[in-house]
Amino acid sequence: MSDSPTVALLKERLAVLQPLQVDIVDDSHRHAGHAGAREGGHYQVTIVAAAFSGKNTLARHRLVHEAVGDLKRSGIHALVIHARAPEEV
Amino acid sequence: MSDDIQQRIHATVTGNPVVLYMKGTPQFPQCGFSATAVQILKASGVASFASVNVLDDPEIRQGIKDYANWPTIPQLYIRGEFVGGCDIMREMYQAGELQKLLEGIIEA
Repeated sequence: MSDSPTVALLKERLAVLQPLQVDIVDDSHRHAGHAGAREGGHYQVTIVAAAFSGKNTLARHRLVHEAVGDLKRSGIHALVIHARAPEEV
Repeated sequence: MSDDIQQRIHATVTGNPVVLYMKGTPQFPQCGFSATAVQILKASGVASFASVNVLDDPEIRQGIKDYANWPTIPQLYIRGEFVGGCDIMREMYQAGELQKLLEGIIEA
């Protein structure tokens, strides 16, 4: 199955973290109809990268937010993040 | 970015032991992630906490994102420190870290 445009864009942006693994689940259908859904979709990102080693969850999420950047304002309403270091997988 | 808004936010997060910036109210959350954040706080044993409904004030809604340099809501503050959003609260709760952070202010 090919990625939706938003999922493809997310993967493109996350590439700066040089991830060993990226899985993106589009949960948008589970939130259709609620107010925030008008702003964009709901996505769950599971990402494994060496960049997360030795960083706490807050710092890891900041890295992901920085990489995703402006996508938060167009097409994405919510992003659930699971950020793991390689040694935690 | 308005300094006045930033000062108001600073006064709120430092003037209350636990503050949740959320969409809606603890009784009537307007977003699933805000609802989950409220449930996690309650499950952590917090009897009462301050909450701010960002949907009431567009300046606060943007201002709180600037304050913590964090792009999403909900946002939890404990003793004036930004803790994180819904995912981080869940992870910390599951690890028992959130309960530890809230120790001593559960009665507040």
